[in-house]
Amino acid sequence: MGRIRAFFGGIDDIDSAKQSTAGKPISVLTAPETLVVSLLQHAGAEAKPVVAKGDEVLKGQLIAEADGVISANIHSPVSGKVLAVEPRVHPNRAAVTAIVIENDGEERWVEKNPVTDPVQLSREEILNKIREAGIVGMGGAGFPTAVKLNPPKEARIDYLILNGCECEPYLSADDRLMIEYAEDVILGAKLIAKAANAGAIIIALEDNKPEAYEALKAVAGAIDVVKLPTRYPQGAEKQLIQAVTGREVPTGSLPFAAGCIVNNVGTAWAVAKAVRDGEPLISRVVTVSGETIREPQNFLVPIGTPLEYLLEQAGGFVEAPGKVIVGGPMMGGAQFDLQASVGKTVSGVIALAEAESHTPNVLPCIRCARCVDVCPANLLPLRLEAYGMNEMFDHARDYGVMDCIECGCCTYICPSKRPLLHYIQYAKREIAAIERNSK
Amino acid sequence: MEDMKLIVAPSPHLRDRDTTEKIMFAVLLSLVPAIAASIYFFRWDAVRLILLAAGAAVATEAIFQRVRKKPIMVGDGSALLTGVLLALTVPPSLPSWMVILGAVVAIAIGKQVFGGLGQNPFNPALVGRAFLTASFASAMTAWTVPFDAVTAATPLALGAARSDIPALFFGNVAGSLGETSALAILIGGIYLFYRGVLDYRITVGTLGTVTVFALLAGQDPIFHLLAGSVLFGAVFMATDPVTSPITPLGRWIFGVGIGVIIMVIRLWGGYPEGVTFAILFMNAVTPLLNRWTRPRIYGHGVKANE
Repeated sequence: MGRIRAFFGGIDDIDSAKQSTAGKPISVLTAPETLVVSLLQHAGAEAKPVVAKGDEVLKGQLIAEADGVISANIHSPVSGKVLAVEPRVHPNRAAVTAIVIENDGEERWVEKNPVTDPVQLSREEILNKIREAGIVGMGGAGFPTAVKLNPPKEARIDYLILNGCECEPYLSADDRLMIEYAEDVILGAKLIAKAANAGAIIIALEDNKPEAYEALKAVAGAIDVVKLPTRYPQGAEKQLIQAVTGREVPTGSLPFAAGCIVNNVGTAWAVAKAVRDGEPLISRVVTVSGETIREPQNFLVPIGTPLEYLLEQAGGFVEAPGKVIVGGPMMGGAQFDLQASVGKTVSGVIALAEAESHTPNVLPCIRCARCVDVCPANLLPLRLEAYGMNEMFDHARDYGVMDCIECGCCTYICPSKRPLLHYIQYAKREIAAIERNSK
Repeated sequence: MEDMKLIVAPSPHLRDRDTTEKIMFAVLLSLVPAIAASIYFFRWDAVRLILLAAGAAVATEAIFQRVRKKPIMVGDGSALLTGVLLALTVPPSLPSWMVILGAVVAIAIGKQVFGGLGQNPFNPALVGRAFLTASFASAMTAWTVPFDAVTAATPLALGAARSDIPALFFGNVAGSLGETSALAILIGGIYLFYRGVLDYRITVGTLGTVTVFALLAGQDPIFHLLAGSVLFGAVFMATDPVTSPITPLGRWIFGVGIGVIIMVIRLWGGYPEGVTFAILFMNAVTPLLNRWTRPRIYGHGVKANE
């Protein structure tokens, strides 16, 4: 692979806060009595339900199917009965239709159709199994994996990069997954590489995960496992491509334009289970952590588990939290209702102490340009913030606001505690709306 | 869990511990060696000028904010810092009312008329100093030697051949209050660098340019670095974040530009020293530098894989 390059900007001294969970094995969570399986756990269109209130369902049975190309199938995480198909609170938006399932506790599976030699399957067979299993990017974006692995014919994919960076503080779900399921991750990588017609496979992780590195190395064979210096946001797709290959994804393009496909290690694990074992994506590893959690740890969680139940299984709260975040604390969303449930993209549930949760007082910008130094897209965040605040959207676009990856480094580092990303996101949304309307 | 009141806010949910107030007080802390040196060399004059300038600056800031019906923010330390910086750049014999006037001008004209902290195009302390230099030229150039307050020429007026380099380094020479001791300034600068407040590009750009320029002109670079206000300006004045560029390349050009102007004024100008005007001029150019030196955005100017 040659030398490892760095990506632009970034922050290397955020308190990782991973030590409270990274050393403990994954606990298998007992499914709750009632599961709320959202129809939107992926990028794109909501899935269409194929079951109705009162139907009996088996574990792994298709309960909602992809609606169009950018969408994903959804399967029942348990066996039991459909109680309702109705709007329920969602971790990232207002209410979204969900299939509410009563768990009968019997774990009756649908027929699974395992494959004895999965790597011998054809490219199309693998892609089909990935599509049918409802696999989406598990790092957070939730882009349907079968679509990602099927880039335009003319694109040449030199590298499949498996993303094990997990650069968000607190999260250790991918770390534990790589340690405990290293063989599944490697098998998944091979299957993804075959499906995407990728040249070389590179598994990239940060040097704060030595145990995962050794675990993968032991079973990787000819696959390259690279250790990168720990630095947020290395796990961002474009930044990881830059760090590993020195290439940049051209603005407005997808990673295949740089000859790369990036998949999360969790996605690879899900692909291995789907193709080899015939099991759809109905559970995932979730980090439950934060200062107010009594027993922080990683769980293997059935999709559809309400946050409240999950938090109780981690011993509940030592003290009332100020914020509960789904995802990591840099890019995740603060929840207002713990009835929301775990979806395919939920990597963590972090409960921060109240003292850490209040929005700090804002001072004027002193143009120290620390935000410029840390911006991994090489933008001038202080300018973009001002343009967003003053609704100068043409200027914002000229200064590259649409290239922002929303990592939050600018707001994190600002000594005047300005909500830079907030105004940048505002400008991005307004510009996107203007562009939609002008079409 | 039903009654739990959860705080909802946009990401990121973590913040760095450093704050603008802490940065201001870090700069004040970094000035302690220079303040101590000024008191050691110039005794009560130093105490008098520093206290008066600091008090006048803070009072002016508070009055302005009161009149503009804005929150009184003198606790952020920025006005205090401006006052102290101004005091350290004036001659020890300056009359009290003049330094007070300089501090009022620094805050009122240099900062508040533009909208306060973060809005001013020019370094406020240097606006105050430039005002005093233009208005009271003789008082602002009435230099005295340390300890006994006898009038004397500054090393820059004397020239390299007649100056004592160790004295310049330790500060036992005639000059502005806080600018004579290179040692004290260096201690403060090194602290600021390690504290992550000082942008080395500006300081290195200025000092490097002065060195190269002096060598090319056949003069002693050590003398040019240690004499006058170069070191104080490059460490404490040029690096003011508000009035210096925000881009990495812009900061290099800014630092080099200051060095060039200083040397042009020193070698061919009508004044013996040009640090104040060099920095103020480059402050004026800063918006242009920001526009001309925008960094290449990730993914721009790269071709798709073929």
